[in-house]
Amino acid sequence: MADTAEHVHGQQVLDRVIIRFAGDSGDGMQLTGDRFTSASALFGNDLATLPVFPAEIRAPAGTLAGVSAFQVHISDHPITTPGDAPNVLVAMNPAALRSELHTLEPGGVVIVNTDAFEARNLAKAGYDSNPLEDDSLKAYTVYEVPMTSLTKEACADLDVKPRDAERSKNFFALGVISWMYTRPMEPTLEWIAGKFAGKPAVLAANTAAFKAGHAFGETAELFESTYQVRPATLEPGTYTSITGNTALAWGLVAASRQAELPLFLGSYPITPASDILHELSKHKNFGVRTLQAEDEIAGIGSALGAAFGGHLAVTTTSGPGVALKSETMGLAVSLELPLLVIDIQRGGPSTGLPTKTEAADLLMAMYGRHGESPMPIVAPRSPADCFDAAVEAARIALKYRTPVMLLSDGYLANSSEPWRLPDVSTLPDLRTTFATEPNHVDDEGNPEFWPYLRDPDTLARDWAIPGTPGLMHRIGGIEKQDGSGNISYDPANHQRMVDLRAAKVAGIAADIPEVAVEGDVDDAELLVLGWGSTWGAIDGAVDRARGQGLKVARAHLTHLNPFPSNLGDVLRRYPRVLVPEMNLGQLSLLVRAEFLVDARPLSKVRGEPFTAGEIEAAIREEISR
Amino acid sequence: MSDVEITTKKDWSSDQEVRWCPGCGDYSILTAVQMLMPDLGVNRENTVFVSGIGCAARFPYYMNTYGMHSIHGRAPAIATGLAMARPDLDVWVIGGDGDNLSIGGNHLIHALRRNINLTILMFNNQIYGLTKGQYSPTSEVGKVTKSTPFGSLDTPFNPLSVALGAEATFVARTHDMDRAHMIETFRRAHDHKGAAFVEIYQNCNVFNDGAFSDITGRANRESMLIPLRHGEPIRFGAEGSLCVTLSSQGHASIANVADVGEDAILVHDESRQDPDLAFTLSRLSRGPHEPTPIGVFRAVERPEYGSAVSEQLAAAQATKGPGDLDALLRSGATWDVA
Ligand code: SF4
Repeated sequence: MADTAEHVHGQQVLDRVIIRFAGDSGDGMQLTGDRFTSASALFGNDLATLPVFPAEIRAPAGTLAGVSAFQVHISDHPITTPGDAPNVLVAMNPAALRSELHTLEPGGVVIVNTDAFEARNLAKAGYDSNPLEDDSLKAYTVYEVPMTSLTKEACADLDVKPRDAERSKNFFALGVISWMYTRPMEPTLEWIAGKFAGKPAVLAANTAAFKAGHAFGETAELFESTYQVRPATLEPGTYTSITGNTALAWGLVAASRQAELPLFLGSYPITPASDILHELSKHKNFGVRTLQAEDEIAGIGSALGAAFGGHLAVTTTSGPGVALKSETMGLAVSLELPLLVIDIQRGGPSTGLPTKTEAADLLMAMYGRHGESPMPIVAPRSPADCFDAAVEAARIALKYRTPVMLLSDGYLANSSEPWRLPDVSTLPDLRTTFATEPNHVDDEGNPEFWPYLRDPDTLARDWAIPGTPGLMHRIGGIEKQDGSGNISYDPANHQRMVDLRAAKVAGIAADIPEVAVEGDVDDAELLVLGWGSTWGAIDGAVDRARGQGLKVARAHLTHLNPFPSNLGDVLRRYPRVLVPEMNLGQLSLLVRAEFLVDARPLSKVRGEPFTAGEIEAAIREEISR
Repeated sequence: MSDVEITTKKDWSSDQEVRWCPGCGDYSILTAVQMLMPDLGVNRENTVFVSGIGCAARFPYYMNTYGMHSIHGRAPAIATGLAMARPDLDVWVIGGDGDNLSIGGNHLIHALRRNINLTILMFNNQIYGLTKGQYSPTSEVGKVTKSTPFGSLDTPFNPLSVALGAEATFVARTHDMDRAHMIETFRRAHDHKGAAFVEIYQNCNVFNDGAFSDITGRANRESMLIPLRHGEPIRFGAEGSLCVTLSSQGHASIANVADVGEDAILVHDESRQDPDLAFTLSRLSRGPHEPTPIGVFRAVERPEYGSAVSEQLAAAQATKGPGDLDALLRSGATWDVA
């Protein structure tokens, strides 16, 4: 079932296990996966998750289009990915089995809700015959559990309608799996008690179903043994389980605190970014103002207005929204005001695959505005890293008076991992200085304020906010005279301003860490260069390849614009460079253009993250080329 | 507001050379605003003018206040964020009919319905001036311009009807030929808590000269402009011989006082919560060639958005205490690794 297994008192100890819960979108699979994850996190495992949502919110029940799945990887050692192929598939109906079976490892375990395998559901899933009755599953270990009827039975003595009782079957499944993997029951029971406190019937039904599932595992003598995945030896500290979107929202709150500026979010709902709006809307006691704008353009427009007023301003969206915001981003570049544009990338173009992940907005982030309009770009590598990326994006924006693009993606947004909580007293100081005095003298010797006088080191302009006496000034999208900020159509001035804006962003390279190389630093035959959420899979792949004696190094970029100052040297040091990307080769295009190296893309645009196995195979192939 | 500086018109004028075409109606609007500002009891540093793109949108450059000349149509959205973030500021939005009703129509209606604390001055010249003379969303049907050589086909917006339909709490109309009326209307708009929308008939003497002269020309005003005054019967014409009456169906029309009698004259009530009357008055004239009401059509109270947001923040702080980042990070289930 996993890499190593030893028997302890009729219980097998595993070093890791990957479970995939799958059912109809109405079956509560995300919740089930989430609860299993939480219990495992509290138990001390390292873990990574991969929620897979159906694209259609209201796909007909029981169909393939309506299947919702949640994969969780738990281990007794540090891991970085939700795992390649699951060891266990829990299938709540025929559609879930049919749609997800291909992900399962050869010989893996399938636990099915047999009650759902009746003619109508089989037909909806496109099965000609019942897979539980023919030979089609003989390569797997199949456990057949009548979850619906057992759940109804467990609720029989409660004051719950059979229809409502049936809806608790996901907790029955959770009970079975919790027993199988020796998860403590208390955290889940406590959670149910808290979550459904206001709905006594649901509380009772879920509790009964969960306990019944657990008891079923214990007494049914169906399963050969239980399994144990011991706590991982993680770095000492306090941990919480966090998704990328929550980490990002909290990172923005942290940045606001560190900058001592109120946070403003202007945003229009869009999958998979809306959860950041939801999360930040809760934290009004932190002084966070959120506006659900009338459209994407107003989302960024209102944020830019708040930035002009001296707030730490943010807009959140996904790819299509970025396209709509591009004109305002250009204005922000021209106004040289701090602004965070957060893109939770999804499959494109157009509506594309709204619930699926992709990372194909890099070139749009780099170049998707008219004119020479450079914007720094920051990309988190893991769900928890979204916190640090938000803080870093805010640091750059405030220090350099520039809009900054943060590129997360659908996978990071919804996946979770344990996060060692930072000591908030060690977060960076993001305070910036507003101008309060005139910075120039006019021809007649009168003091005045010039909004485009710059700090000689950072090239950041002086920033005076409305309300500051004596520093009234006007700024706008028309080209400005260097220094005074007055309208200027002078050709030489335009050249100078374009150069200055480019130099300002390029100069950030001196203010970000060099890119680190890990693995066979000195003698690798191949460097794997990554950015964003591919980090976990690259990490796993490089470890495996090196374990088999291949000479491989890896480097991962957090800053995509500007690149770290040593990136060119690093790339030229290795005979081969492989760039796994969830696009058709956008980073590889950029590094080829900038550094004249033969970086080769490894592309995947299937709406799902890379597995370590896929990258490992590509490493092997590239080295043998 | 404490410590209001004593200022003059000159203090509110920036050092930038004003660059509208000679004779443009924008000049008189600018003068009216600059003359009004010293009387408003506000300081220059707390005043912000935000504009989009178009001839009118150059306005902020000429005011010695904070200002942003932004991008086409987006001024109401940008001003929304600024007014929400900084309720201490006086935020003005300046734009033309193209800026506000075409490319930025969505932002305008949402700023109005949210009742953001903005003073929105829409310069309506029924033409695109900056791009040199295409028809606009307020141009009359059949308008022959460079982009409509055979006449425009689209029905124009009635800006006041749009604003009223968008739940605006303050709606008024004035025109560039009457400085005193502009100043009074702008003052009312400024003092209104929430979004105030003012349509200003503005002559573009280069691309649409005389568009409003049928009603705003000095000789025509008495018989063609219908001044609205709260609480007063709506009368106009020589010695108030004409008036507005309301049919039993709620339809407003123009009549001779002599024919209908004083009792039949509609009494203006700008404070009616129900916008029907204001809407009916906004439909009285089909364009600036018929008797047209000017003044304040509607001025009602409704919670202003930015203040409501601030109240929610204050309430959250009162119940939960000020934000504690460490506690936030620990707000989910946590566990310790030794
Ligand atoms: S084009 Fe028309 S509106 Fe524009 S400045 Fe000239 S006269 Fe005024």
